[in-house]
Amino acid sequence: MSFHDSKVTLPAGANPLAASASSVAELSKAKAKAKARPAKAMIDRYQWYEVAALYAGIAVFLFFVLSPFIEGFLVSLKPLAQLFSTPYSFIPKTWSFDAYINMWTSVPALGMHIFNSFFISSVVTLIVVAIVVPAAYSFARFNFGGQALLLGMFLAVNMFSGAVLLIPLFRLMRSLGLLNTYFAMIVPGAAFLIPSSIWLLRTYMMRIPRELDEAAWVDGASRLYTLRRVILPLAMPGIVVVAIMTFIGAYAQQFIFALTFNSKTEFMPLPVGLFAFFGKQEVIWNELMAASFVGILPVMIVIIFLQRYLVAGLTAGAVKQ
Amino acid sequence: MTSTRSATIFALALLAPALIYILTIVAYPLVDTIILSFTNASLKAGYDFVGWANYQRIFGVGNFTEVILRTFIWTFFSVTTKMIIGMAGAVLLNAAIPGQAVFRILTMPPWIVPMAIGIYMWSWMYNGQFGMISGLLQNFGIVDGPVAWLAYGHTAFWATIVTDVWIGVPMVTIYFLAAMQSIPKDLYEAAWTDGAGRFYRFRRITVPLMVPAIITMSLLSLIATFNSFDIIWILTQGGPSGSTTTMIIDTYKTAIGSRKYGEGAARAVVICIFVSLFCLAYFRAVRKLQQGEAK
Repeated sequence: MSFHDSKVTLPAGANPLAASASSVAELSKAKAKAKARPAKAMIDRYQWYEVAALYAGIAVFLFFVLSPFIEGFLVSLKPLAQLFSTPYSFIPKTWSFDAYINMWTSVPALGMHIFNSFFISSVVTLIVVAIVVPAAYSFARFNFGGQALLLGMFLAVNMFSGAVLLIPLFRLMRSLGLLNTYFAMIVPGAAFLIPSSIWLLRTYMMRIPRELDEAAWVDGASRLYTLRRVILPLAMPGIVVVAIMTFIGAYAQQFIFALTFNSKTEFMPLPVGLFAFFGKQEVIWNELMAASFVGILPVMIVIIFLQRYLVAGLTAGAVKQ
Repeated sequence: MTSTRSATIFALALLAPALIYILTIVAYPLVDTIILSFTNASLKAGYDFVGWANYQRIFGVGNFTEVILRTFIWTFFSVTTKMIIGMAGAVLLNAAIPGQAVFRILTMPPWIVPMAIGIYMWSWMYNGQFGMISGLLQNFGIVDGPVAWLAYGHTAFWATIVTDVWIGVPMVTIYFLAAMQSIPKDLYEAAWTDGAGRFYRFRRITVPLMVPAIITMSLLSLIATFNSFDIIWILTQGGPSGSTTTMIIDTYKTAIGSRKYGEGAARAVVICIFVSLFCLAYFRAVRKLQQGEAK
């Protein structure tokens, strides 16, 4: 049997965890279970006061989590004069969309900042994925001396923050000639995201049955071919999770490198670019908030749709391993 | 297949890009920090080795031990609060009630928006004259006049902790929620059949089985919180009069603010030592937990 024939048994991109053969049996089992039990298990039934307490608790919890966003959004709809007046009122007395219009002229580079944030995170994600896929495969599949030590070293890197290493990093960026370029933010940004990504993807790849690469090996496929044609398609869901986690990491943590290694307005990502609103005599809060919301909205929408990958990434990284 | 020499070479070749990258961007700067900490490096080109002078200075002159102590107190309260609120959040979001899926998504924003932007929002909320917290408290008659939270040492200290908790809670909550869901349902059903109440089940099933997740998350959170920079820097820059100056802020001020690279590096080395200790604790805990699982 040639290698290409054996490939037929692997549905492209199929998740090995949900082997298609057993899924039919599982489905019927689940159905039987559902019949045996009432639609909602007795154990999950609540008294009315319990339900009330749960909703009250969730309301308090979500108020804590969301209040800065609600307040920020309402601030963006208040005229500046109303913001700087007492007594305080949570709801705008007069609604105004001026901030959303004026912000583009107060900070002309705003569009650029929004783009930069997205651009820097995207390049970081590409670099990390390109580096992490082979490394994770190497850790997941091969045994060689010092492997455990290397893996431990990678994990330890995870624990040091860029802020501690700022001085030598600054010197390094200077001698590499990267200061005041996109790479001053991209290169160190990627470094601190690589270790956790290796860990996550290694965990995922270890669950791909070894027999698959061995079968390919027996069929005469080269190691690189096996990685590309057998492992890569099967690991795709894991790679997607890693890419999303990396993007969020790169997007959410943009600050200190951008603050320290770059002073050119045209390269600043949104969080640092927003400093422009702080300038002059007073902070233009309504425009600052408006710019924040417009800046993060596209990414937020995408992430909300991908949220199940986030949960997967967070748990695969730590719970089991 | 995996034991031959060519396999080892292939494995190392796959690893090479990651290894070179980390060695250049993380390991080399780490070594450089240690070397710099024994020099009088500054903005000027070239430097001389000065032995332990930097360490003698930071521990001899000024308030470095105070900064260390403050960092630990700040970290302790932040991590503990994150764990408590995260656990409460996970319990609430785990309840089988309508709206569950939406509530879970609504928990995420502080985690996924750029941290700095969330902090700008808090810095407005803490505004004494016009901010939301002071404003609402006045409107409800809880305080008489405006409270400028970031203008006084003790309020600024707690205000920065609250913001740090706010940023950390979503991740902790979702992590705990996932751990909670991986507890076999049969256990609860068996306990329920035996007449165990909801609180009893939480105390005797949920909490003991969550211990590994709690330990793992506490240590990870400890390391992240210990290194927390953005929040304090944006809200207070370590002030007023040093009351929110943690070790990392102190290092940044010395090295980047005053351009004393050598002395800043010495302060960074002290941070690295603490982080390494936490790191060791984490690895030991993970290994212990895995052994426990194997039994």
